[in-house]
Amino acid sequence: MNLVEPPLKSQFGPSLDVERIRADFPILKLQVEGKPLVYLDNAASSQMPQPVIDRLVRYQTAQHANINRGVHYLSELATAEYEDSRRKLQSFINAREEREVIFTSGTTDSINLVMHGYGRKFIGAGDEIILTTLEHHSNIVPWQMLAEEKGAKIRVVPINDAGELLVDEYEKLFNERTRFVSVMHVSNALGTINPIKQMIEFAHSKGVPVLIDGAQAAPHMKIDVQDLDCDFYAFSGHKLCGPTGIGILYGKAELLERMQPFKGGGDMILSVTFEKTVYNSIPHKFEAGTPPIAAAIGLGAAVDYLSAVGLEAIAAYELDLLNYATELMNDMAGLRIIGTAAVKTAVLSFEVKGIHPHDIGTLLNQEGVAVRTGHHCVQPVMLRLGVPATTRASFAFYNTMAEVDAFIASLRAVQKIFT
Amino acid sequence: MNSKSLYQEVILDHNKKPRNYGTLENASHHAVGHNPLCGDHLDIELHLDGEHIDQIAFHGESCAICKASASMMTTVVKGKTRTDAETMIQEFRDMAVGKLDIKSPHHLGRLTVFAGVRDLPTRVKCAILPWHTLHAALNSVNTTSTEAEDDPMHAAIGDA
Repeated sequence: MNLVEPPLKSQFGPSLDVERIRADFPILKLQVEGKPLVYLDNAASSQMPQPVIDRLVRYQTAQHANINRGVHYLSELATAEYEDSRRKLQSFINAREEREVIFTSGTTDSINLVMHGYGRKFIGAGDEIILTTLEHHSNIVPWQMLAEEKGAKIRVVPINDAGELLVDEYEKLFNERTRFVSVMHVSNALGTINPIKQMIEFAHSKGVPVLIDGAQAAPHMKIDVQDLDCDFYAFSGHKLCGPTGIGILYGKAELLERMQPFKGGGDMILSVTFEKTVYNSIPHKFEAGTPPIAAAIGLGAAVDYLSAVGLEAIAAYELDLLNYATELMNDMAGLRIIGTAAVKTAVLSFEVKGIHPHDIGTLLNQEGVAVRTGHHCVQPVMLRLGVPATTRASFAFYNTMAEVDAFIASLRAVQKIFT
Repeated sequence: MNSKSLYQEVILDHNKKPRNYGTLENASHHAVGHNPLCGDHLDIELHLDGEHIDQIAFHGESCAICKASASMMTTVVKGKTRTDAETMIQEFRDMAVGKLDIKSPHHLGRLTVFAGVRDLPTRVKCAILPWHTLHAALNSVNTTSTEAEDDPMHAAIGDA
């Protein structure tokens, strides 16, 4: 067991040494059904490298106590490590201040926080919220709940057949009742990278704040919230090599300060009497109760790891994987890629003529290949593109060109079984 | 469990050339079964002559496991009494979740080709949906779902 801080900086050169990276991921050595695991379900959840696993072990072995309360050694140490992780996240997304980074349980929790904290306070009857056809259910349902409660209205940005947002239509949706925009950075089902900087700029020209669901972007590209000028940015730890049960909400300090708390409890208060409670300052106002301390610290280690590998190098390498896999899939008869945006991440949703996605998924698993099948929590996208369900292969920087080959060979074998 | 052994020739054949596929003009009972987790759905129509199922047909959108299960089901229940069909429904459900000892006496015959789904928890519902829907039709329930309250199978299909 490694209890010292693992060396993370400058292990990697300008391009990726994928074999060296793979050696950091113990789970990638697994055999499934007697075959080497080919893990292509990274958009659902990514795998964890040894330095992050070690960090979790080190915390639980020698640093754990509750934070923000004890005067004893362990409580002070745990608090310091937890806040150190917050600074790592601040740096990871280039937030102006560390108090703008709130630990949540994940992207869903972050979006719900904004819906309750901002939406329930500032959005009322007849007001309008702009979403897009591409949104994950987690960025639709909270806003529907708000709209139902307040009598507000949801407007939806349409997409073209390639799965790209129609930005002209987006701009036409604005009117004097538009109060909020919530849009995903990258489509989980299709990989489309949305032109969020342009969309944020337009919304701001109308005085409307914007939440970005970055769950599928943060693991794959450098995020700079100051450059984007988004008002909120949300993502999950488990999709970027960190633990489950942790994520963050970035919010501009002046907005977070004006918002009402989402959850009431300990840590989010300054003083409590039965007559009146005074809330704590941000970020603590939004972190009621004992947080997942170990997961938050693990997330700090995960962003250290990704930063050491280099987000630019990751993006460049994943684009190579995408292009190679796309080329091979386009050569396959009866296969159609769903989602062909000009700018996209390494996500390949597809359908194979005459074969149901669940049959493909089960048979690929037989070859050790892990993919996602179904509606990917984006039923409006499926409806718009006229497919009941797809199979989705989603790549990470630890996947190899040889794994692309293995995936394509397995897919050909599935086609053969059904002919 | 080797999932390829589930995709045996007989299942692939029924998927490719489903028997009793289509609609009935004079159906006395029908039901639609949904699997909301994958969007699959299946219509089953049948005609009861007294206690006997004298005609049955199905159609819908589904995976190979579900379609083959429906196809083979229609061939075996046709001509059977409602009571016999209910017995098979129960036995098939028990087999799919591993509760039936297929070495002991049962009425499933070659339907035991589906026994392998018990090792594929996310696919159990695919195999059961037609039987679940037949049960609903026989009991004059017009729609049913793998997520319905009376369904013992809650094999999760993941999120994200």
